[in-house]
Amino acid sequence: MRSPYTKGLIDGIAIGLGYLSVSFGFGVMAVKAGLSILATVGISLTNLTSAGQAAGVTVIAAGGTLIEMLLTQLVINLRYSLMGFTLSQKLDNTFNTPRRMLVSFGITDEIFAVACAQKERLTAKYMYGLITMPVIGWSLGTLLGAAAGAVLPSYISDVLGILLYGMFIAIVVPPAKKNRHILFAVILSIGFSLLIKYVFTFISSGFAVIISAVAASVITALFFPVKEDEV
Amino acid sequence: MSIFLYIAVMAITTYLVRMIPFTVFRKQIKSRFIKSVLFYLPYAVLTAMTIPAIFYSTGNMMTAVAGTVVAIIMAYFNLPLIVVAVSASAAALIAHFILLYIG
Repeated sequence: MRSPYTKGLIDGIAIGLGYLSVSFGFGVMAVKAGLSILATVGISLTNLTSAGQAAGVTVIAAGGTLIEMLLTQLVINLRYSLMGFTLSQKLDNTFNTPRRMLVSFGITDEIFAVACAQKERLTAKYMYGLITMPVIGWSLGTLLGAAAGAVLPSYISDVLGILLYGMFIAIVVPPAKKNRHILFAVILSIGFSLLIKYVFTFISSGFAVIISAVAASVITALFFPVKEDEV
Repeated sequence: MSIFLYIAVMAITTYLVRMIPFTVFRKQIKSRFIKSVLFYLPYAVLTAMTIPAIFYSTGNMMTAVAGTVVAIIMAYFNLPLIVVAVSASAAALIAHFILLYIG
């Protein structure tokens, strides 16, 4: 019988490998935006999230305000609140407050998905194991990407800049293909985003993401509220 | 502004967003409207982050469009995240060399 920690560790290997390659793209992108390798790795170690970090680097590169940074992270990472809430219903009774505070750091889309798929209640040890490989993969990949971004020929680091966005497309397209309401939200979001970028040019890129995403989600929610079993 | 301040705000905000509901809340969200907004939000966020930023991600709009089109096609056929992401980069690289050759 494997210990819960070891089981978590093994369940997290695939996530860690995936993160290793995706965070490589983040590393390249952040260094290209003018951040130091140390700052880039520091962001990955303390944030452990792709979309929020990419948006954060955009805010830093544009010299945005701290309020803009706070709101950007809040909106982009708000889904973790819902995931954390959902997971909190599934914890075993040894999961006290300090353990919850520690484990919450590691809530990501993929870790959430794997944790949700467990049949038994979640123990803190299992969650520590599950989070370990993704954190290592994410930080190591960032370091490699940041270092490579500084030495690779520019035509290579240029095309690597699209990696992270490619991953976002891979996350959005399949559900949008299956669910027309999601597709509606996606099209609205594209519309708002383009409108802000090319017409309301005084709005900064961080706020552009917030405004576009919230407007698209609220409008879609008003037109197509989800059924109980969808959430 | 100090990079340290930016990273601190980023890290603390992201942590609190994760930590508070996981640690504090024990009740179910009831509002169907809020649930619906939260359901659509991740897709809308990723979309708004991608379009139009992806077109400027390679420093050349032609290579970026090539990468975007390939990524959308691969994603449409449900290929794994990393395959889609690497193919987008590969397509942009090939487009770069084609442009060099014909330009």
